[in-house]
Amino acid sequence: MRPFRYERPEDTDAAVALLSEHDGARPLAGGTNLVDLMKLGVATPDVVVDVSRLPLDTVDPLDGGGARIGANVRNADLAAHPLIRRDYPVLSRALLSAASPQLRNLATTGGNLLQRTRCVYFQDVTTPCNKREPGSGCSAIGGYTRYHAVFGHSDDCIATHPSDMAVALAVLDATVVALGPGGERRIPAADFHRLPGDRPHLDTVLERDELVVAVELPPPVTGAVSTYRKVRDRASFAFALVSVAAHLEIDDDEVITGVRIACGGVAHKPWRAARAEELLTGRAASTAAFAEAADAELADATPVEGAEFKVPLLRRTIIAVLRDLAAEATGGRAGITGEEGPR
Amino acid sequence: MEMRITLRVDGAQHEVTVDTRTTLLDALRDRIGNYSPKKGCDHGQCGSCTVLVDDRRVTSCLSLAVAQDSRDVVTAAGLSDEGLHPVQQAFVDTDAFQCGYCTPGQVCSVVGMLDEAGQGAPSHVTEDLDAEVELTDEEIRERMSGNLCRCAAYPNIVAAIRQVRDSAPADREGARP
Repeated sequence: MRPFRYERPEDTDAAVALLSEHDGARPLAGGTNLVDLMKLGVATPDVVVDVSRLPLDTVDPLDGGGARIGANVRNADLAAHPLIRRDYPVLSRALLSAASPQLRNLATTGGNLLQRTRCVYFQDVTTPCNKREPGSGCSAIGGYTRYHAVFGHSDDCIATHPSDMAVALAVLDATVVALGPGGERRIPAADFHRLPGDRPHLDTVLERDELVVAVELPPPVTGAVSTYRKVRDRASFAFALVSVAAHLEIDDDEVITGVRIACGGVAHKPWRAARAEELLTGRAASTAAFAEAADAELADATPVEGAEFKVPLLRRTIIAVLRDLAAEATGGRAGITGEEGPR
Repeated sequence: MEMRITLRVDGAQHEVTVDTRTTLLDALRDRIGNYSPKKGCDHGQCGSCTVLVDDRRVTSCLSLAVAQDSRDVVTAAGLSDEGLHPVQQAFVDTDAFQCGYCTPGQVCSVVGMLDEAGQGAPSHVTEDLDAEVELTDEEIRERMSGNLCRCAAYPNIVAAIRQVRDSAPADREGARP
């Protein structure tokens, strides 16, 4: 590990000041990703700004509904929080599917958003990687790509974002609150991470001197159901091959009045399935409709070589999640047992 | 860069000067001489370095010692002043270790896990997020998934946890410092 200066600022303004003053400064919260990357030589901060004791560790109801989650709320605490379990089960489910209990006890909401790809070439400093060292090339293209992109990748980077929590936040229409030298800035969670383009070293739209201080959730929708399903190589403690977060509202006539779908493990950011959402809104809930929507979304999929299996896997996962949610929303009444239709 | 920090480890106060790069695990082993937590993967993946920090199980290899300044740390060695902690006793009774390298981390993890379950925290395999937690074998396995055992002593580890689960809550508390 490269030597660094350790600072523990008294408040968020002092933390932002440290980030502004030093190009090589990085915020440290739980450390589950940053310390690991420092050991690997991937992250080499000059100044480590320990923000873990700043008082950003509560989940508070917002006036008018919704909740504000402090950036330092531990993943374990957020998943177990009564308000989150009751009103935002998709978020609890996503958090509980991630990492291990020991890591969830350390990892924070802010840190989870800022965790970096687990692409093996990014983590191996002996190999070229445009994300780690801009312009050096991409070793993943033509290499080991089981965990790589299906949507939105570029010639410079095919890595995927590893967070489960961020996929849930994308489907919840959450807002990331960042504090910079000029004050607070609010960023829709679905726009917080970015596609690689020719600048894959930038994972998010956060400025280098901005600190994530909170995530805000809009009020829950009465009668809506939501969940998160993660498909992986082993039952626990593994990153997603594909994952689906979904939110569904169905009226008494079993017509879909609201639907939001986001996919993990398939892109450089949580992939909001806008085309599928558009196709389903206003339609009667049925397995055939869900299959049609999944097919429409996947029509533009361009899986990298070695990740082609994710397309049918994601199709089946989207259909299964929506079917289960429809059954939950209607008490099993909706015509969700119908055929999936041709593929 | 060096910094002076204070750690309370297994009930005893330690003041040590550490390089800022030192992890909590290395501070415990190399500076304080507590060899209970083991260095396995050193990347948070195997759980053998698990200790309780302020009563919560964490991987000590991914925590910088300076960031843990003034925290209360309990290792498997410090779980009991007299005799074995009920979790340790259960591991002996059920032969829940083979090489034993992962055992201190497993033991700390079980103690933390029982606390979490006792507080009603759900897990990935909990079907109803609002229901009371019942430590079935499936729940035990999921909640212990952060601790790997290369000897694959898992069936006996699950049996040990079952033994503690089925004991009276008062016994379960043990002689925790």
